[in-house]
Amino acid sequence: MDLTYTPQEEDFRARLREWLAEVLPTLPPKPSPDDWPARRAYDLGWQRALHDAGYAGVHWDASPTTRLIFWEETERAGAPYVGANFVGLLHAGPTIATEGTPAQRERWLPPILRGEEVWCQGFSEPEAGSDLASLRTRARRDGDHYVVSGSKLWTSHAEVADWCELLVRTDSAAPRHRGITWLAMPMDAPGVTVRPLRTLAGSAEFAEMFLDEVRVPVADRVGAENDGWRVTMVTLSFERGTAFAGEVVACRRVLGELAREARAGGRWDDPALRRRLGRLNAEFRALWRLVQWNAGETETAGGGVPGVAGSVFKLRYSHARQELYDTAAAVLGPDCLDLDRPWVLDRLSSLSYTIAAGTSQIQRTIVGERVLGLPKGR
Amino acid sequence: MRLHPTDDQRALRDSLRRLLARRFGAVALRAAVAGPGLDRALWRELGAAGFFALRLPEADGGVGLGLPEAVLAFEEAGRALLPGPLAATCLAAGTVSGAATGETVVTAVDGGGLVEWLDASDTVLGDASGAVPLRSVDPLTPLHRVPAPASVGPPDPVAVLLTAAEQLGTAARVCELAVQHARARKQFGQPIGAFQAVKHLCADMLVRTETARAAVYAAAVTAGPADIAAARLLADEAAGRGSRDCLQVHGGMGFTWESEVHLHLKRAWVRSHRAGGVTESEELLAADLVAGAG
Ligand SMILES: Cc1cc2nc3c(=O)[nH]c(=O)nc-3n(C[C@H](O)[C@H](O)[C@H](O)COP(=O)(O)OP(=O)(O)OC[C@H]3O[C@@H](n4cnc5c(N)ncnc54)[C@H](O)[C@@H]3O)c2cc1C
Repeated sequence: MDLTYTPQEEDFRARLREWLAEVLPTLPPKPSPDDWPARRAYDLGWQRALHDAGYAGVHWDASPTTRLIFWEETERAGAPYVGANFVGLLHAGPTIATEGTPAQRERWLPPILRGEEVWCQGFSEPEAGSDLASLRTRARRDGDHYVVSGSKLWTSHAEVADWCELLVRTDSAAPRHRGITWLAMPMDAPGVTVRPLRTLAGSAEFAEMFLDEVRVPVADRVGAENDGWRVTMVTLSFERGTAFAGEVVACRRVLGELAREARAGGRWDDPALRRRLGRLNAEFRALWRLVQWNAGETETAGGGVPGVAGSVFKLRYSHARQELYDTAAAVLGPDCLDLDRPWVLDRLSSLSYTIAAGTSQIQRTIVGERVLGLPKGR
Repeated sequence: MRLHPTDDQRALRDSLRRLLARRFGAVALRAAVAGPGLDRALWRELGAAGFFALRLPEADGGVGLGLPEAVLAFEEAGRALLPGPLAATCLAAGTVSGAATGETVVTAVDGGGLVEWLDASDTVLGDASGAVPLRSVDPLTPLHRVPAPASVGPPDPVAVLLTAAEQLGTAARVCELAVQHARARKQFGQPIGAFQAVKHLCADMLVRTETARAAVYAAAVTAGPADIAAARLLADEAAGRGSRDCLQVHGGMGFTWESEVHLHLKRAWVRSHRAGGVTESEELLAADLVAGAG
């Protein structure tokens, strides 16, 4: 059991901290959440700054421990969050880095790292949510192209994305897990229609996507034809295992703010509320330890794809996040009904955490079957 | 940085697990429930294995290891439902003669006024005058109550952490018991663990256990008061709720005296009242938030 950092890691932390102190004051003001083009430009600009300073690939090639330091320091300094770069940096990119050919890595990874291209995730469909393997979007081969038709749902950032990691069915006769293929589709291809959907938080975070005879070069397939389910598991491992870990640091900051607000507003004298905040402190401390634990596991396994421990983390974290913002509402009192107050929108968006990236029910089944070895039901 | 136990630490844990399986297995557990009393021979054997002296410097006749090793040892004790004032004796090693070797059994008056194993102990730390026995809910933990406990300072963080480690052992053990039963017991023509309602109970037990494990091991490394308080809260929850869920998974069998499940639940309850209880830890962690250290 060891929580010490190597001299190199400490050095990385010191240099990063210094750089953040220099660069953050020079950033433009944060755009409004409703202005997607501005948000895209802002998020890409931040990634570009990271790239130019040598931090672009921290989510990929750095050791898991270095990545934890990156999260700690960027959050502590109040740096921007990955935002529109979420899919590219945290799961499509890592999937291509793991599964792509050298030419594919050369084509797609540098623009993600330089903050030039945004990716979105076209997995879910109207009839394929939790049961992702039942997806129906079809791709037929036409020479050196796939011709794709179907529809996708809940595609986050689709409006501003350049590329989509897309799951299609290439063999409808095969058993359902064996007829799926993972493609990279350019979002400006003819036949792609995006219709934004408004979320319960009021803004358009995700979209419906209609695909009508969209031509995707066979060369843009990642992994073999009909081997897409295996590639999907790689993508989902990154999404559940590491993509949210950095947010734990942000939650701990919010918790401190909540406690100070409670003190200023007088609610701190209510022991039930105070202890609820104390309990959340325990919760997020433990979640960060779990992130460290999982990082140690990945490091020992020689890096690469995070294991099922990701589901354990994802489950616990998504519920903790909801409890955090419910507690914020308790701190705010009646003000929690005012959308202009801080944390009220966050409370609304926290509701998606037990659904997106695999619902809590699905994660429990994964933990039960793959960690505990319980039998599948009939 | 690696929070996992090292090879040496795992070896220590495994050897203790073997010792406890040999000396305090299912039969000994039953016997202990039927005829309560501290097994002094076992206590000395634990002493010889270094259980009470893990953190004592070698110069003082100890093993010279740290909190992480002590935490692993107490996790094993928790798993095995090992009875006795373990934490108090361990903390007394080096100050009370014979505690380190398991010759002397040491108990302590807890801040809440309870004393575990008073009659069986050789030494009591704190003022136990006027202590009266109560009918303990846990058949393996005799309890006395001190009518007017002298106000003591905040609980010793090491005692809190060792208790959390025992709770972690319970949490892991009841999760295992539930999973074993869920695989073996069939209803409606399939193992009950194939039913989602049961599978998800088990999954939640594991999630609570592994989160608590990360918190307990990290607290053993940092020894920080807030980390220890967090470990305590998470481990208490994992042990308490886990034991209940384990009982639920066992059905009617879980409600019997015969089954081991209730012993875990009752012990988890006893431990959750030690060292200031849950409230104290919650308050400490709340104060930590506004101290700006959180
Ligand atoms: C904010 C947000 C962003 C998203 N972004 C994207 C994105 O960018 N790209 C993308 O592809 N998808 C995205 N999703 C989709 C997300 O992955 C799905 O919503 C999710 O997998 C659940 O699918 P569903 O909505 O069809 O619900 P359903 O699968 O219909 O589930 C409905 C309910 O039934 C339960 N249920 C279903 N099957 C089972 C089962 N076998 N056992 C027990 N309970 C079950 C579920 O747990 C849930 O409670 C996003 C979702 C949200 C909320």
